[in-house]
Amino acid sequence: MSAFPTCDIEPLADDAWLLRFGDRLDPQLNAAVHAMAWRLRSAGAPWLREIVPAFASLGVFFDPEIDPARVHAQLQAMVEGFEPGASTASSVPARTVEIPVAYGGDFGPDLESAAAELQLSPQALVQRHCAGDYTVAMIGFAPGFPYLWGLDPALALPRLATPRARVAAGSVAIGGAQTGIYPRESPGGWRVLGRTPLALFDPEREPPTTLQPGDRVRFVAIDADESARLHEAPRT
Amino acid sequence: MTRSLHVLSAGLLTTVQDRGRVGWRHLGVAHAGALDADAATLANRLVGNAADAAVLELTLRGPTLRLDAPARIALIGAAVAARFDGQVVPCGRPVDLPAGTLELGALRGGARAWLAIDGGIDVAPVLGSRSTDLRGGFGGFDGRALRAGDAMPLGAAATRDTAVLRAPAWWIDPSHDTHMPTRYQPSAHPAAAAFARRGWTVSASSNRQGLRLQGDALAVPSADGVSEPVAPGTIQLPADGCPIVLLADAQTVGGYAKLGHVIAADLPRLAQCIPGQPLHFAPCDAATAHRLACAARARIARIGVMIDARLPAV
Repeated sequence: MSAFPTCDIEPLADDAWLLRFGDRLDPQLNAAVHAMAWRLRSAGAPWLREIVPAFASLGVFFDPEIDPARVHAQLQAMVEGFEPGASTASSVPARTVEIPVAYGGDFGPDLESAAAELQLSPQALVQRHCAGDYTVAMIGFAPGFPYLWGLDPALALPRLATPRARVAAGSVAIGGAQTGIYPRESPGGWRVLGRTPLALFDPEREPPTTLQPGDRVRFVAIDADESARLHEAPRT
Repeated sequence: MTRSLHVLSAGLLTTVQDRGRVGWRHLGVAHAGALDADAATLANRLVGNAADAAVLELTLRGPTLRLDAPARIALIGAAVAARFDGQVVPCGRPVDLPAGTLELGALRGGARAWLAIDGGIDVAPVLGSRSTDLRGGFGGFDGRALRAGDAMPLGAAATRDTAVLRAPAWWIDPSHDTHMPTRYQPSAHPAAAAFARRGWTVSASSNRQGLRLQGDALAVPSADGVSEPVAPGTIQLPADGCPIVLLADAQTVGGYAKLGHVIAADLPRLAQCIPGQPLHFAPCDAATAHRLACAARARIARIGVMIDARLPAV
């Protein structure tokens, strides 16, 4: 059990501080971010407005009427107050969410070429993509877009030379060493392996997303019939 | 009977906005809301609405609207060349109108104005706000800017059976001093100080997401970093060395270097920036930023009290 990584507190806005655990892509830093987010939410300070976890930093938005220096002092105390071992990421409750994915065919136009490039059969690529134990490192770029840790490094794939003008909503894709899901139809250059029938973002729902930052994610391969049965129509 | 507002022509970019969406930033949902929430609040106060009622945000050229019943309206922000069935409609005060056509033309001295109507624009709230999220495509009216042919309901308001345009002789003008430099809290980035020493002009590619600046490009020492939270006011430095000041529609995370953030007290002023306009920045410390934000809130509250004192006499 290791101590909490050191954390700097920087101004983000007049009503927000940024807690920075580092400046690199590192699952341990990200685990610290989610642990701190959980700790802050549990503390329930009356000035707290929003907590925004990212890869290696955490945005903490507070009531603009409160003196930022007071919030800073309380955050500093919380950061310093972590006992080694008592605050590791393993103590943070995490949900595991299963994302059904129809791989290949119209759902995954890049499955065949991606498999060929990786010198795998399409079935083996699907199997290895499903075998991953993923974590939602952060949600951003677009509403509900999850950045997932945990892609098997052997499955890393370069982005398309020419991005597609339209990637279908729900597309599950690999871009570089990351895998993610497009919540709505948009342009995109990631390699699309399949599509989930779930609506990842629906503003008419509360909460509007299927996934929350820090969630564990497993992909489960389904067939076209199952996909049609599970289909959720996102509103946007 | 429900009153409604019909859009005859849309203007350049007219959107439904309130004070914005709070609580969903961790899921990638932007704040949105009026670019100058204080101006929207004061427009609402003038027509007797709650501060967070939905208003229309006008950009450079306003829409032409048809009211199917009498209404009280108020315009705050840049001066709008407004006419109602041929008559001049004054800005900065409550104006009672019978049913008819409200023509909102060019904006002068700024880029944006806010139109409040008594009862508010009664579109359904999405995730706790009636603001339009243009990039997300939800909220406001159908998640997009208004178009000719749109019609939206107005909320209930006190009946004012007026046959002619009526407006008081007094008005308010909460506009900002545009000659003052825009103050920002510099970050530790090596280019953060140089940012204030250069003059910038507002690029035509600016929008509600960000104010893009043109000028002598700043040195960008390193490649983009790891994406981290950003907020309205964040000053980003992309690879081309021309900074972007994020506004209300800012994305929630970004990977560009940060030069700091524009202080809360000066952020509303950026709503009025016109393409080609010169802009200067001055560094400011956290304590001063907090003091100025408190002073700005007190000023808006004072104007609100003055409005309330005068309204019954209208």
